[in-house]
Amino acid sequence: MNAAHRAFAPLAAGLAQIGACGRFLLHVLGAVPRSLRYLRETVRQVFFVGAMSLVIIMTCGMFVGAVLGLQLYDVLSRFGSAAMSGTVVALALYRELGPVVTALLFAGRAGTSITAEVGLMRATDQLDAMEMMAVDPLAYVIAPRFLAGVIAMPLLACIFNALAILGAHLVAVSWLGLDNGTFWSNMTASVDLWTDVVNGVWKSVAFGAVVTLIATFQGYTTPPTSEGVAYATTRTVVFSSIVVLALDFVMTAFLM
Amino acid sequence: MAQRQSFQIGTGLFIVLGFAALTYLATQTTSIANYRQGPSYTLKARFTNIGQLKLRAPVKLAGVRVGTVSAIELEPDKLDALVTLTIDRRFDKIPDDSAAAVFTSGLLGDQYVALQPGGSTEPFKDGDEVVLTQSSMQLEELIGKYLVGQGDGGKNGEKPAPKPDGK
Amino acid sequence: MNATSAPPPNEALIRIRGLRTVLNGKTIFDGVDLDIPRGGVTAIMGPSGTGKTTLMRHITGQLPPDAGEIVVDGVDVVRASREQLFALREKIGYLFQNSALLTDFTVFENVAFPLRQQLRLPEELVRNIVLTKLQAVGLRGAAELMPSELSGGMMRRVALARAIVRDPMLIIYDEPFVGLDPIALNQILKLIRTLNQTLGITSILVAHELAAVRQVADRIHLVAAGKIAAAGAPEELSRGDSPWTRQFFAGEADGPVPFHYPAPDYAAELGLSGGGA
Ligand SMILES: Nc1ncnc2c1ncn2[C@@H]1O[C@H](COP(=O)(O)OP(=O)(O)O)[C@@H](O)[C@H]1O
Ligand SMILES: [Mg+2]
Repeated sequence: MNAAHRAFAPLAAGLAQIGACGRFLLHVLGAVPRSLRYLRETVRQVFFVGAMSLVIIMTCGMFVGAVLGLQLYDVLSRFGSAAMSGTVVALALYRELGPVVTALLFAGRAGTSITAEVGLMRATDQLDAMEMMAVDPLAYVIAPRFLAGVIAMPLLACIFNALAILGAHLVAVSWLGLDNGTFWSNMTASVDLWTDVVNGVWKSVAFGAVVTLIATFQGYTTPPTSEGVAYATTRTVVFSSIVVLALDFVMTAFLM
Repeated sequence: MAQRQSFQIGTGLFIVLGFAALTYLATQTTSIANYRQGPSYTLKARFTNIGQLKLRAPVKLAGVRVGTVSAIELEPDKLDALVTLTIDRRFDKIPDDSAAAVFTSGLLGDQYVALQPGGSTEPFKDGDEVVLTQSSMQLEELIGKYLVGQGDGGKNGEKPAPKPDGK
Repeated sequence: MNATSAPPPNEALIRIRGLRTVLNGKTIFDGVDLDIPRGGVTAIMGPSGTGKTTLMRHITGQLPPDAGEIVVDGVDVVRASREQLFALREKIGYLFQNSALLTDFTVFENVAFPLRQQLRLPEELVRNIVLTKLQAVGLRGAAELMPSELSGGMMRRVALARAIVRDPMLIIYDEPFVGLDPIALNQILKLIRTLNQTLGITSILVAHELAAVRQVADRIHLVAAGKIAAAGAPEELSRGDSPWTRQFFAGEADGPVPFHYPAPDYAAELGLSGGGA
């Protein structure tokens, strides 16, 4: 009885966390209209979570594209279909790798800094101080970061994809000698704007919402200690990664 | 204040960059790129079998894309596939005795229409028909034929062996 | 009876009845009744950990009590909506025990924050108000510094400037004297007195320092063991009729206020009494 209780305790705690996070989401969504008063905060946050993530997103995009070009050219050559390299790179990127890899990088780069920042605000009573100055921290601190994530993630994913295509082109065409016209014409023949590009954008909108929700929730509810903030930051990366990959599966199943 | 200004500029640049990337992906790497063609003319071609040929499949000459498949219909009386090819106006010197064939890119790739230039001095004009055509090679039939040896047509007899059309 | 109707003018600004609070299974308040009149300086004193800060959080609606009634300026804080609470808080200045400055902003922007969020004032006016308040706490020269560049005492004074920037009707000072040098302490005392006497701002002063409190407070409430253990004018209390006040003001370890946090028997825990029963 006691052992069973102990075994279920983490499960119950996990469910309670999910429930609390869901309630938090409702509060944040409720605060979004009020946060429009602090539009400047949202702009500032788009800069911090979006523009400041550009370097890592662009570098990684370039390398992911290059390695995809290399691998796919090699593999497809065995089937005499090297001409399809560009197509497969583009499809893999737009549908899966672009949104997912960007979301994972975003969780590590921007999610952690959101958690640490909000957590420290909690620990040093800054959130309480705002409440006392009749400023709702959900509207002033949380909602702008949430909105910034939803806005920045799809843009980052597009930038990631564009650089990855460039990287793949560099490897497949400039290095391995695939014909330039073949690379592009096969791609444009098979890649569809709506089912491939736009569905990928929807995915990254959802990922942006999920990652920033987790990051702000972890920061907002962190125990006000340095250890608490440290654990909250770790949890942001772990939970974001799991939820992004699980949600990716669900969305793929529904969008296909 | 100056600090605030620089955030706004940075954010603006970031958003412009993001939308530029999206526009690039949407217009240069998807089928949208094929719609955005300039002046063109159309040709017709009849095939007994077009296999997996799809709308917007490329039309190539010597491996270079010169146009797209813009319509596929079934001719009710002849039971032929009537394929409309939209050719870029730039390629206006294709001889009018050129042949059209449905090919597969690679072993398992997408199918496309290949034009094989003839020797005529007269070029195709808008609305002309490509008289010499060759239907799609059906992989299943080739394999079936190979397995049955010299057997003519296979047991099910569902599909006749492909013969060059226009002969 | 409508909780938000205008109060009669002679009624106390803050009225607390039957307050009960349990945090983490520990009873913090057990039936506290307290009235704080308008226009005075009321000191709340008591050993650390008795719940003085918690009491202030109840008054401002940051923390709902388990039972009891709290009415501040005619607003039933326990049942008030978020909008009502925010409207009330716009009239309250709150000096946090640990300053709670916004670390992203300069000293100037910290003090300007309440002005910028609530009112659309011309920049020139904001500047004048903020510099006036910073001058009052002696930190006008530090306006462009970041909070991380300040000492604890300076942060406390910036937080004080921020608390008074909107000229509130009520100011709550949570331990304002901690970390201040004698000069700054005297200036802050003078400031508290000036704000109270010239502007008629009601003040609640949470503090340990009897010598300092005695100079400004009209009335002292001594909180201990979940109750108001004693209340009265400073002279009355320091005359010391009750064992609570005698112990607290004389600083003795033994008496009704326990110095030790509740714990098992010392000798038993050290293993000197040969194991527990
Ligand atoms: N959020 C909280 N959760 C649980 N216990 C708390 C919380 N805040 C304060 N306490 C407890 O309440 C008691 C009173 O705290 P506080 O009001 O800060 O005391 P002080 O009189 O020193 O200001 C302390 O014993 C503290 O442990
Ligand atoms: Mg305290």
